[in-house]
Amino acid sequence: MSERTWSIVVDSFPKMLDYGVRVTLPLAAASFALALVVAVIVALIQYAKVPVLQELCRFYIWVVRGTPVLVQLYLVFYGLPSLGLVFDAWLAAWLVLGLNEAAYMAETMRGAIESVSVGQLEAGYCVGLNFPQIMWHVMLPQAFRTAFPALGNSLISMVKETSMAATITVMELFRQAQVINGRVYESLALYTEAAVIYLMFCTVLSWLQRLGERLLARRGGAAK
Amino acid sequence: MMLDIRGVKKSFEGLEVLKGIDLTVEKGDVVAILGPSGSGKTTFLRCVNFLERADSGTLTFDGETVDMHTVKKRDIARLRKKTAFVFQNYNLFLNKTVLQNVTLGLTAGSGVPRQQARDIAVKALMRVGMEQKLDSYPSQLSGGQQQRVAIARGLALDPEIIYFDEPTSALDPELIGEVLGVMRQLADEGMTMLVVTHEMEFAKNVSNKVLFMEGGYVVEAAPSRAFFEHPQEERSRAFLRAIRHE
Repeated sequence: MSERTWSIVVDSFPKMLDYGVRVTLPLAAASFALALVVAVIVALIQYAKVPVLQELCRFYIWVVRGTPVLVQLYLVFYGLPSLGLVFDAWLAAWLVLGLNEAAYMAETMRGAIESVSVGQLEAGYCVGLNFPQIMWHVMLPQAFRTAFPALGNSLISMVKETSMAATITVMELFRQAQVINGRVYESLALYTEAAVIYLMFCTVLSWLQRLGERLLARRGGAAK
Repeated sequence: MMLDIRGVKKSFEGLEVLKGIDLTVEKGDVVAILGPSGSGKTTFLRCVNFLERADSGTLTFDGETVDMHTVKKRDIARLRKKTAFVFQNYNLFLNKTVLQNVTLGLTAGSGVPRQQARDIAVKALMRVGMEQKLDSYPSQLSGGQQQRVAIARGLALDPEIIYFDEPTSALDPELIGEVLGVMRQLADEGMTMLVVTHEMEFAKNVSNKVLFMEGGYVVEAAPSRAFFEHPQEERSRAFLRAIRHE
């Protein structure tokens, strides 16, 4: 590696890491949080078989899962302004990434809720709880335990998917790599750096995921 | 008369499981519902607590009558507050400790303050001898212990009647005694109970009435002693003969 390349790497790495920590991770966390809330609501609507809403949820999942996230980003950020709906780039990225992942996570959560014994629901009714209370206190905690590994995978995907936000001008880790590269033309070094930083983030997350799984397994109330 | 049930019918996918069941329960009664497998006794009990919706029938509880087919959710919730239900496979909340299992219905269901709920729960757990295991999870307990906690969960609600759906059928033989012991003690204390069971000793010695069902009908409803000593119906006699030859 030439001295010039090396000095570019030393110079750019902290900048990219900075964008990674200040933008990529918060965007991933915020999108994941949105996805989780929407996924739980969509899963509960389907579990409870709420008329009309249930069909709407199926439709939402069908559309989102059947179209690429890149197309969804373009549609929202570049397309919707024609209808007078103008989104800030960050907001558009948050909404699209969150609602996209929610469609997949809703199926994960629905499966997890359905895997909880119906006896838990009946016992809840018999001690005087209503449906939302049973979901909140009994079914969802058990479903989350089942869904935990799959949700961890979703979070890790989310960290990587935030790089798509670069295409709609969100200045994050990958966009920063592109911008620096535009000045110095060191594609191999800079994109390798970006890859290394994503790898660092995802390694830590998978490590946390395994730790979480172990903690859940150790706690007494293991699901069967 | 505390509970009066008339003409309960229920079909599953065209198969009629209950063909018109009547039952009257007085305060303090311990009614054993007996019958061969597939006679509809569990379905009947589940209909009585609205876990299954009957196709027809009326239920009168403390003078309030509802149509069992069209009864509204709100009425179901109100009627259930007077009852407790003990399941064959316990159905303790797996993500909750023993104490939380018993308090949840009080705090979340009835709005009892936390500390008061805890006191009620500990008292209920003492009645079934499980007060030493407050912080255990269901997965750490034997079947007999889980079922006793399930009974305490019901007792904590201060029900007027407890429904038992084959409470000892999922238990290893050596654990049956501890659960039956708790049920006998409740009976002695005057608790009204409706028990679907295969335990003939319990039916004979603890219950005061027997409802013998077969094929979706009530074959014989009689005081326990009369049922076991002088069964009136040929089907009852055949059933008792078969049991004694076991």
